[in-house]
Amino acid sequence: MKYGPVIGILAVIVALWYGACIWLNAAWTYDQAARNGNLVTISLLLSDAMVQKRPVLPAPHQVVQELWRGIVGYSITSKKSLVYHGYVTLIATFWGFLLGTGLGVVMAMGIVRSRTLDLGLMPWAIISQTVPVVAIAPMIVVLSNSLGFGDHLGVSNALVSKTIIAAYLSYFPVLVGMIKGLRSPDQMQLDQLKTYGASELQGFWLLRFPSSVPYLFASLKVGIAASLVGAIVGELPTGAIEGLGARMLIGSQFGSPIIVWAALFAAAILAGMLIILVRLLETLVIRRMGVGA
Amino acid sequence: MSILIAIGFWLVAWGINAWLAGSRYSGRRAVRIAIPGLFGLAILVLWQGVVTGLAVPEVILPAPSRIGGAIVANLPTLWIDFVQTILKGGLSGYLLGTSSAVVVSILVDRVPFLRNGLLPIGNFVAALPIVGVAPIMVMWFGFDWQSKAAVVVVMVFFPVLINMVAGLSASDRMQRDLMATWGASYWQTLIKLRLPAAMPFLFNGLKIAATLALIGAIVAENFGSPTLGMGFRISTAVGQLALPLVWAEIAVAALAGSVFYGLVVVVERAVTFWHPSQRGR
Repeated sequence: MKYGPVIGILAVIVALWYGACIWLNAAWTYDQAARNGNLVTISLLLSDAMVQKRPVLPAPHQVVQELWRGIVGYSITSKKSLVYHGYVTLIATFWGFLLGTGLGVVMAMGIVRSRTLDLGLMPWAIISQTVPVVAIAPMIVVLSNSLGFGDHLGVSNALVSKTIIAAYLSYFPVLVGMIKGLRSPDQMQLDQLKTYGASELQGFWLLRFPSSVPYLFASLKVGIAASLVGAIVGELPTGAIEGLGARMLIGSQFGSPIIVWAALFAAAILAGMLIILVRLLETLVIRRMGVGA
Repeated sequence: MSILIAIGFWLVAWGINAWLAGSRYSGRRAVRIAIPGLFGLAILVLWQGVVTGLAVPEVILPAPSRIGGAIVANLPTLWIDFVQTILKGGLSGYLLGTSSAVVVSILVDRVPFLRNGLLPIGNFVAALPIVGVAPIMVMWFGFDWQSKAAVVVVMVFFPVLINMVAGLSASDRMQRDLMATWGASYWQTLIKLRLPAAMPFLFNGLKIAATLALIGAIVAENFGSPTLGMGFRISTAVGQLALPLVWAEIAVAALAGSVFYGLVVVVERAVTFWHPSQRGR
């Protein structure tokens, strides 16, 4: 019964969607009827709303059809395949997430270790997040193109810029979570390690790091979602032709809403899968470390 | 030469900061502002020194002095872009989205079916890349600021909703029982106890929403905008290689974002002065 209300609400949303679809797409039917001198009937309104090529709001089954066609309809190397575009976005998300997590963890270690960094760097880390990253995104794209980072690494320049943007968005949650986590051992535990004569490095590996792991995973879940947003945003101003963000841009430029909706849902599915993956990893690691329930 | 001066300045600034942070004044308010201030200044000086010293081409990275010049030279342009993107697109969407989220959260809290059904969905949706609705909103509401505001509404709605629903259940059993013994009605309990108790949670959501709002407003301009706005100006100026102007817009966006966030924090301190996280200051 736990999922009863969720399914109920989802059913209501789909029903509302169909309703809105009939209402919003009616204008087209009236327009056609006026041109051809036909009479508009209720059944015409209903059937028209479901099958338009360029609807104001596509019906759910149209989106599902396009999504299904995009996922299984083409070979996965085809430019029309959503799996292919999803893969391009996923790679950027993955590297951005890795880079952002690494940066966040290292910065957190520095901030916990040094009071100067804490007071000097932390305010700027906060300010960096209030800066809308998309304002900087075109700049990052130009920079990585003109400096040719990608050529040196043997990957495309677009991947480098997307990775940087994704890392920029995902490092902050990790930083905040890790600072909290690394400071979570209480004074008693720290004192005890000191009486054992543990070095600072041992204190880090044996106490501070293990106790920060639950905090780390909580922020990894936020971080991976942020990183996906970064990868998609990174595909918008680049004139990119690959990736889910580029797919949305193409759909909007060619005025075919169904493509945009399908890409949006593909991105949502990708986000869901990534979060589930991090959750699985969390369960595994926590169980391996012998904490938790 | 200028690189050496810049590096020297950096080292001196670092030394002063290390001394300040270790000294007994480190708790003072002025010092807490001075340390990050000096840190930022040192980065600017290092940036200026390296760019002029190595003669970095302007296309790659303009010096801070050039960016400052571009800001002064383009003030009217920057102002109309600011009004279009931040005030019309971002702020109106932010106000609309957050206030409707608060109203819906009270409704969700009242109806158990909605709470059990809508909350898991809301939690999931909050993690989705919602910026993707931008092209759809531009199709629906046209190129002007209305479509940008609509994107912002959708983006800020769920984070605020989730936080507010959590906040409404933050008052504990004892407190609610006390209100019941005083014969308080649902609305009295809501206004006198539960809404104030929800404020720290609400402001958490509002702070997340503040950064999301600007992202939404600028991203939507990539899908079509009238010939003004920060996102539009940045992408066209990048095309013309007018890099100082681009950086000037970035600086304005950064400043606007920080001020916007700062305002939310100021209001938070005024409203939730009683909360432990605020009292320690």
